Amino acid sequence: MSDDAAGERRSAPAGQPPAPPRAAGKISGPAPARRGFFRSPVLWPIAGILLLVVVNLLRDPTFLKVTIFERHFFGVPIDLLNHSAPIMVLALGMTLVIATGGIDLSVGSLVAITGAVAAMAMARGVESLPLIVAAALGCGALAGAINGVLVAYAGVQPIVATLIFMVAGRGIAQSLTGGNVILIKHPAFEFLGNGFFLALPFSALLAAALYGVAQLGLRRTAGRLFIEAVGDNPVASRFAGVPAARTTCLVYIVSGICAGIAGVLVASNIRTADPLQAGQNMELDAIFAVVVGGTALTGGRFLLSGSFVGALLLQTLTVTMLFVGVKPEVATVPKALLILLVCLLQSERTRGWLRGLFARRAPA
Amino acid sequence: MIARWQRHLTLVATAFVLAVLYTTAALLYPGFFSAGVLANLLTDNAALGIAAVGLTLVIFSGGIDLSVGAVVGFTSIFTATLVQQHGFHPATAAVLALLIGAALGATMGAIIHFFRQPPFLITLAGMFFMRGCAFWITTEQLPFDHPFFLKASAFAVPLGKTFSLPATALALLAVLVIGSVLAHLTRFGRNLLALGGSEQSALLMGLPIGPTKIGAYAVNGVCAAIAGVVATLYTGAGNASLGLGLELDAIAVVVIGGTLLTGGRGHMFGTLLGVLIFGTIQSALLFDGRLNSAWVRIVVGALLLAFILLQRFLVRGLRRR
Repeated sequence: MSDDAAGERRSAPAGQPPAPPRAAGKISGPAPARRGFFRSPVLWPIAGILLLVVVNLLRDPTFLKVTIFERHFFGVPIDLLNHSAPIMVLALGMTLVIATGGIDLSVGSLVAITGAVAAMAMARGVESLPLIVAAALGCGALAGAINGVLVAYAGVQPIVATLIFMVAGRGIAQSLTGGNVILIKHPAFEFLGNGFFLALPFSALLAAALYGVAQLGLRRTAGRLFIEAVGDNPVASRFAGVPAARTTCLVYIVSGICAGIAGVLVASNIRTADPLQAGQNMELDAIFAVVVGGTALTGGRFLLSGSFVGALLLQTLTVTMLFVGVKPEVATVPKALLILLVCLLQSERTRGWLRGLFARRAPA
Repeated sequence: MIARWQRHLTLVATAFVLAVLYTTAALLYPGFFSAGVLANLLTDNAALGIAAVGLTLVIFSGGIDLSVGAVVGFTSIFTATLVQQHGFHPATAAVLALLIGAALGATMGAIIHFFRQPPFLITLAGMFFMRGCAFWITTEQLPFDHPFFLKASAFAVPLGKTFSLPATALALLAVLVIGSVLAHLTRFGRNLLALGGSEQSALLMGLPIGPTKIGAYAVNGVCAAIAGVVATLYTGAGNASLGLGLELDAIAVVVIGGTLLTGGRGHMFGTLLGVLIFGTIQSALLFDGRLNSAWVRIVVGALLLAFILLQRFLVRGLRRR
């Protein structure tokens, strides 16, 4: 709808009688590149978050209250940031995968596997934190590489290729830990998911830093161009000299590493490695964050900031449901309706209808 | 001739894997090769098999449905609540659940078709929605004590002295037969395969794409609801978390059965073989006792990988021809 409002402004410059024919603007196929903050698709999830915050404030005016406690910030918004960090990290990798026209269903299981690997490393007496984290990330990267090779070189559909790890992953995690839930006692490791840095939760800062690095890295290199080209048309981009297969494979590896980071954060936050419950439905949450953030599942264009905000919206929604008194199991209903709403808003047909509505109203 | 032989190659491969798995298990574990174990394969995996039949139809059309497991959970708790707390007859409650399944499927199919949305995402929303609704009804388990229900769950056709086929296994066989007829002997089934082969071509041939697609999802919704009823009969209680992850197993079963996930190629018989393979792995691990249940998933994952690669090479071979 903001689209149409913007179009209205563009096609009717005030006080200029020989206005360009309106129809021309309406028929023109691809919409002109939307620039500026107010036309950014990120605005929708931000509006959603604000709406939810207002709902919460109406129920409980102290919702946004942040106090300083033991030299770090303390309050609901801080918790919210801390808890959305794993989804943010997953959504980062997922955005890149979706941008190439793929999907990665394995990340939830990989969260369980990498958490189990980290816990097993600690249980076997590995003390050094970099080593533990490297083992977890390495496992994530390896699994991502397998996904990537299947998709990019064997030509398997992304849904199918990543389904293998989604099905087998929890079994692998269970057999790693011998079917047990492993408790973690390692102060440095526990810091990752619970600690505070500069008075803010470390995990959220880490997630934000990763987004910053990804955004800068993709802008400074040809990475963004390659990914978008592959997502738009893999064959054409290959003929144009883009290393399509390598790009696709790399994107899955990045997603695997992101799953590794998320796995470490989750295990660290709850101080346990739970092969069954860790990362349950997280792949779906990550996809949700990406879609709500304005990246289309068809691939091509992508929006990292959108996924960041999308993950935040998801967590805000969960917290709101908890505050309103909805059981956490039932909280999936509003999630489903939100996905549906976003899908319908993004679809060409709905946009056509809306445009038609506005066009009919305009001349009257 | 060769193409025809190749079309059934995955089916042959599936049958071969089943034979090898079953023979190995029979050689390793005494008592595995018995009619009772075979009947149990059907009984224990009835819900999975029924869901897989519906999913096979959707996958034929080139789609996917992730909401199957959630519909099973919803059906279970929905019927239990109606029967135990509102005095409905179990049969009426089951029919109502089937109608809800059909309505959900048709709605998702319509959204996928009319708004050109990815099936994956819409059915994901369907899954969230149904699972949430199931937990909304109640998160507690609700055992049945209605006499009709008890009679139905105890009903079994004796086949020989030591074993019998209970109602759940009979339901699986019935759904399999109906599904096979629907998929391979009717116009609807042909349209489905054509749609999965190439939507563009199907459209140009003048096939009713919309009704076919929506029909596939609706039939799948009914199958998922039947699976829910069967799973409830099997466990004897309504439970909102029934069927968690069932959709994944069902998709795995369909793929192992030789149906292409891209659509347009496959056979319902393969789905039966897939269910039997899944069941054999599960019972063999149960017989063994040394390996934990985690290995079921790992073995299924490995089989999935093997079959997907096999299919890739087959399709590549066919394209080159």
